[in-house]
Amino acid sequence: MRCDDVAELLSEAADGGVLDRGARRHVETCLRCQAEVVQYRKLLRALHNLRTEVLEPAPGLLSDILAGLEEAGERHAVRSLLRGRRIAYVGGIAAAATAGAAGAILYASKSRRSRLLAG
Amino acid sequence: MPPTVDLDELVAAARDGDHGAFEELVRRTYVDTYTLAFRLTGNEEDARDVAQDTYLRAFKSIDRFRGDAQFSTWLYRITANCASTHLSKRTKHRHDDLPDDAPIISLDASYDPQAQLDAAATRSRLQAALSSLPPRLRAVVVLRDVYDMPHEAIAAELGITESAAKVRLHRARRRLREQVFGVRGDGVEREEDAHAV
Repeated sequence: MRCDDVAELLSEAADGGVLDRGARRHVETCLRCQAEVVQYRKLLRALHNLRTEVLEPAPGLLSDILAGLEEAGERHAVRSLLRGRRIAYVGGIAAAATAGAAGAILYASKSRRSRLLAG
Repeated sequence: MPPTVDLDELVAAARDGDHGAFEELVRRTYVDTYTLAFRLTGNEEDARDVAQDTYLRAFKSIDRFRGDAQFSTWLYRITANCASTHLSKRTKHRHDDLPDDAPIISLDASYDPQAQLDAAATRSRLQAALSSLPPRLRAVVVLRDVYDMPHEAIAAELGITESAAKVRLHRARRRLREQVFGVRGDGVEREEDAHAV
């Protein structure tokens, strides 16, 4: 096994990955690959340490975010209101239609009764 | 909102529609979110846009946050997704180096001056190396190696396969190692990177 054969495995090995037997045997006897693993370990440690650092944003970001949220909240409220009105409108139409149908049925049954009584 | 209210309580209140609680969540997390956005995009202007998009998206979907993961992890995933969307919309990516005077606050104080100097030198080279990576490689290495995000989550938020995420991670690490430790890269491999998945 040559260095090129294991090159892709070295960063994983530095990250706690397990090398297969052949790759492990090569790395154990190859100073170049061992040095690479050490460099990857240092690199991963440095990357991990970045997690504890924060980058301070320029002033104004917080107020921009909150303003955006307020606007989104208002849009949401307007949409909810319109949705509520739409439901009320549709409900009104449905109630009117139901009342109309009931009235028609009542009228029809009264007319039939009148005709029967007259006959 | 009193500072004694813990994050979980705020999240629960925000899920119930308490806008004040959501605003407090923003106050407590926006610097972290901006930091991740900056690391993913590589510049301040994009990072600000991504941070704003992140909170708008979080606001709209907070009622669907089930609490399976930590709130911060959920927010990181949204940030990663917003950064990916933001960068893919741009026709031309910028690769500005992080300025030397970028305000970095270390929360991890070390009392060994020599170690601090070495760490500062490595950190400085690492910041420059990260900034010079193409965004698609930088996103994967930042999410995996800085924020410990699993490959599966990275792939999902960046809209790529898990194997593509692993390939990008390997290439990003190799390029960072070459730059941080002054190792000369293989020309053929560099050519591969130019067409990375």
